[in-house]
Amino acid sequence: MNRVNLPAAILVALILGIWEAAVRLLAVPVFILPPPSNIVWVALVQAPRIFPHAVVTFAEILMGVGFAVITAIPLAIVMFAKPSLEKAFSPFLVASQAIPVFALAPLLVVWLGYGMASKVFMAWIIIFFPICVSLLEGFKSCDPEFRMLFRLMGASFFKTLTLLYWPWALPRFFAGLKVGVGVAGIGAVIGEWVGAQKGLGFFMIQSNARLQVDLVFAAILWLTAMGLLLWWLTGVLEKNIVRWK
Amino acid sequence: MLQVCSITKSFKGQTVFSNLDLTVGQGRFHVMIGPSGCGKSTLFDGLTGVFPLDEGRLLWKGEPFADLRHHAAYMQQKDLLLPWFSLLNNALLPAKTSGQDMKAANDRACRLFERLGLKGYESHYANQVSGGMRQRCALVRTLMFNRDLILLDEPLSALDTITRRSLQSLLLLLQTEFKKTILMITHDIEEALFLADEIYLLSARPMSVSSHYVLDLPKPRNSHDPVLTAIKANMLEKLEGDLNHEPG
Repeated sequence: MNRVNLPAAILVALILGIWEAAVRLLAVPVFILPPPSNIVWVALVQAPRIFPHAVVTFAEILMGVGFAVITAIPLAIVMFAKPSLEKAFSPFLVASQAIPVFALAPLLVVWLGYGMASKVFMAWIIIFFPICVSLLEGFKSCDPEFRMLFRLMGASFFKTLTLLYWPWALPRFFAGLKVGVGVAGIGAVIGEWVGAQKGLGFFMIQSNARLQVDLVFAAILWLTAMGLLLWWLTGVLEKNIVRWK
Repeated sequence: MLQVCSITKSFKGQTVFSNLDLTVGQGRFHVMIGPSGCGKSTLFDGLTGVFPLDEGRLLWKGEPFADLRHHAAYMQQKDLLLPWFSLLNNALLPAKTSGQDMKAANDRACRLFERLGLKGYESHYANQVSGGMRQRCALVRTLMFNRDLILLDEPLSALDTITRRSLQSLLLLLQTEFKKTILMITHDIEEALFLADEIYLLSARPMSVSSHYVLDLPKPRNSHDPVLTAIKANMLEKLEGDLNHEPG
């Protein structure tokens, strides 16, 4: 994190520069496309208005991630312990990814209401799969020679799980979690678009209807910042737990 | 202590070993030598029950039994130390998994660390120490199994010659000080002559015992001992003969 990725920084600066220059030179109205400097300015100045919505969306994301983690871990363990159950469950897991979850959003709002529950559920559906599958793959990637050692030590499945499989799978688990926290926001925001009283998605829809495009962009900027923050926090957590890598 | 009576195993029509007999006497150091790829490690897998044997049977102290899973400790070429545990915790794994009294196990492991020259490295991690140290730690872990029979599958073959020498003396301690019975696989004839009470020379696939030597010489041994030199010459002759008969 301390090292600046110079090529990426240059590329970002270049894109933003072209955007800024083009908008100003061509005199594009702010309600069509605001320049980046304006977006940053609005995101900061309007922070008191955006913040309460951001808190709601952030909470939805966190809860979605939390539920996904506490449900994915037991399921991955069960599927790993009993291959017959893996066979039984895996079509459902794949299907849950094949269904366009966004199409489910209106239904979820009907079933779970305009509150946070439907958004948390959306986020959960989206990220449950990558976390569960990456953890399962992590368990399976365990070196057979280590399994052999534990077998000869007479270790029970539970002991082998806690001492061998779980730590072995942790790097994969975190890889899945990183993907998860990145996309969890999509679920929450789509849920809010369909029907909500609060949240950044709701705020974006409202601003869009009023042609306040700068506020829409400001909300996107906040969402991006939240996503990056979660991604970074996951990385920090991983570094502190997976110390041997 | 352990008798292996004419065991046979084939995989997909390929016979790995057939009618193999071994007698493992209590407290003795047995070494099996054979050409590489002759299926020595598969034999250990068969003895420990990784797969069922096609024919033959195993006797433990005169009683028939299924496999060595609960009777033997095992150490191989790879140290198999877990990177998330300190050396001491790695050595304590057998105690943790079999529900031994942890306080006693801890004391015992610490004494073994001292005895095997690992004192001061208890809280180090595997990636912080040398290959020789890691194998010493694997040796402590093997002793922590608390089992009378120890299976060694080329335990030193990944090490350099000098480290190897010092670890060979430690392997000898398994027998002399810890009173273990040992069945070791190696492809190093010098190592076998230095350590073994009995040497089984194995022939290539299908593997079987082609010669059996009993070496009742005091240890530590001098490699220039004429008896050893004679046995070595005899073994080399047989191994070469075996190679010449190989088709292709």
